[in-house]
Amino acid sequence: MDILTINHLGKSFYLHQAGLEIKSCQNINLTLKKGEFIGIVGLSGAGKSTILKCINRSYLPKQGDIIYDSERLGLINLATASEREILYLRRYEIGYVSQFLNIMPRTTAKEHVMNALMDMGVVMENAETEAKEMLAYFRLPEDLWDIYPATFSGGERLRLNLAHALVKKPRLLMLDEPTASLDNNTKILVRDMLKNLKDRHTSMIGIFHDIEFMEGVCDRVFNILEGVFVS
Amino acid sequence: MLNEKPVMSIRNLLLRYGEGCPSCRGSLEKNRCAVCKTVWAVNDISLDVYPGEVLGIVGESGSGKSTLMRSLYFDFTPTSGCATLRDYKEGQKNIWDASSAERRMIKNTIMGMVYQNPILGLRMNYSAASNIAEKLIGAGSRHAGQMTLRAAELLEAVEIQTSRMCEAPKNFSGGMQQRVQISKALANRPALLLLDEVTTGLDLSVQAKVLDLIRKIKARYGMSILLVSHDLAVIRMLADRTVVMLDGKIVESGLTDQILEDPQHEYTQQLVHSLI
Ligand SMILES: Nc1ncnc2c1ncn2[C@@H]1O[C@H](COP(=O)(O)OP(=O)(O)OP(=O)(O)O)[C@@H](O)[C@H]1O
Ligand SMILES: Nc1ncnc2c1ncn2[C@@H]1O[C@H](COP(=O)(O)OP(=O)(O)OP(=O)(O)O)[C@@H](O)[C@H]1O
Ligand SMILES: [Mg+2]
Ligand SMILES: [Mg+2]
Ligand SMILES: [Zn+2]
Repeated sequence: MDILTINHLGKSFYLHQAGLEIKSCQNINLTLKKGEFIGIVGLSGAGKSTILKCINRSYLPKQGDIIYDSERLGLINLATASEREILYLRRYEIGYVSQFLNIMPRTTAKEHVMNALMDMGVVMENAETEAKEMLAYFRLPEDLWDIYPATFSGGERLRLNLAHALVKKPRLLMLDEPTASLDNNTKILVRDMLKNLKDRHTSMIGIFHDIEFMEGVCDRVFNILEGVFVS
Repeated sequence: MLNEKPVMSIRNLLLRYGEGCPSCRGSLEKNRCAVCKTVWAVNDISLDVYPGEVLGIVGESGSGKSTLMRSLYFDFTPTSGCATLRDYKEGQKNIWDASSAERRMIKNTIMGMVYQNPILGLRMNYSAASNIAEKLIGAGSRHAGQMTLRAAELLEAVEIQTSRMCEAPKNFSGGMQQRVQISKALANRPALLLLDEVTTGLDLSVQAKVLDLIRKIKARYGMSILLVSHDLAVIRMLADRTVVMLDGKIVESGLTDQILEDPQHEYTQQLVHSLI
């Protein structure tokens, strides 16, 4: 069973002021089976992040379909789904950890993770307990839990972002360079976490520049330049 | 969440200053007809606001944002178009067909408004407490003691000290006036808040306070908010979905992050890129 099928996805950006069309990814075809973990590799600027952003609909796809098999909504084309449907799926089913870490201003690390749960209807006390567990799992120092992440280091922000996305236990998880700015110990931690998620049948797509590190966790690797899976 | 009906639906709202002429359609310069000088301040706007969501409206000065908001709060009567509210006649009746008694009821209990200009939203010479009491009375309160307590509670929620509740807003700073407006708008827990540039003209630390407050309101009461701002940072922080207005029209709408990361319309691109 496939949870995600991407057919002929293409994305370009038209910049009015420059009168310029920037082509990002073109004719992407891929399928993700339920519980599978696909790694995406490719050169900088090849369009890797663009694919994930199209799935997340932070970018509007130009061509093609992104068919997602939703628990609640059945088969749905994320390229054309309504805003309300996308908001629903982001809240309950699809998680996304971005390459560049945007944090909510004036929200403490703990609140940020709690908000993800409270959006799903979890009551405050339970949200707090689960948020703390998640922050502890990613070894974010307790001193940082109750302050604004504006002053966090790159790795600390990333761990917060991971906690924010994973606390919801999404069915489909997208990860854009989730190990990029981490030290080796933390990288191993993230890998273990992803392995756990995989054991629980979470379907995942991740972009990695050091794909070797993910060996044994990723089932298949997709090279975007050639538009095909590589072994 | 998916089957919920909108709290408010607006369809083909139009408000023009002037009679219009046969040339209007092809002769508009921005929102103004070069031939007959009619101003098409709000020009065929349709949108829905869903339960618990913040819908952002951005757009340049003069694009019709305040005209839209003030029409919804009955300050202006539109030329044509309709708006319905889930909590008024089950969404079956155009609010601009409401009687004046019904309009008062809608303004007191279904919608709360915070004006861009506090002079429009507050009685500057009455005390902060009486400003709020007026709303409570409008919703049927009669007991003076209870009203005082409730006013104190509402003002405390926006961090106005109870010791100052008997003072008139004319003595307050701009940020305090906006906060009194907000507590007034919240007085009867309306389903929908209309916020027109609530942070404009406030200094940064006060802005942050007001924004925090709006976030808390959203989280705590699950109210729907129609939020007008020309400040994309405010929109990014608060809005789930965003519409972009230009010359009285909606030129683009979408999820807020999509509008900011992948803007389609030339004007939106200008707006977003001028930030970076
Ligand atoms: N919002 C945007 N507006 C205009 N062009 C964009 C936008 N986002 C991406 N692009 C362009 O699309 C191309 C692919 O970008 P993308 O971010 O997907 O690359 P990537 O493979 O993730 O690269 P990296 O490994 O450096 O993160 C680039 O040429 C980029 O400039
Ligand atoms: N009485 C009037 N007669 C003619 N034109 C008017 C009148 N009142 C407002 N306008 C015009 O209607 C348009 C919309 O004004 P509005 O106040 O709604 O803009 P806005 O989007 O709220 O702008 P801002 O960001 O500056 O607050 C403007 O072009 C304004 O000049
Ligand atoms: Mg990238
Ligand atoms: Mg205005
Ligand atoms: Zn004309």
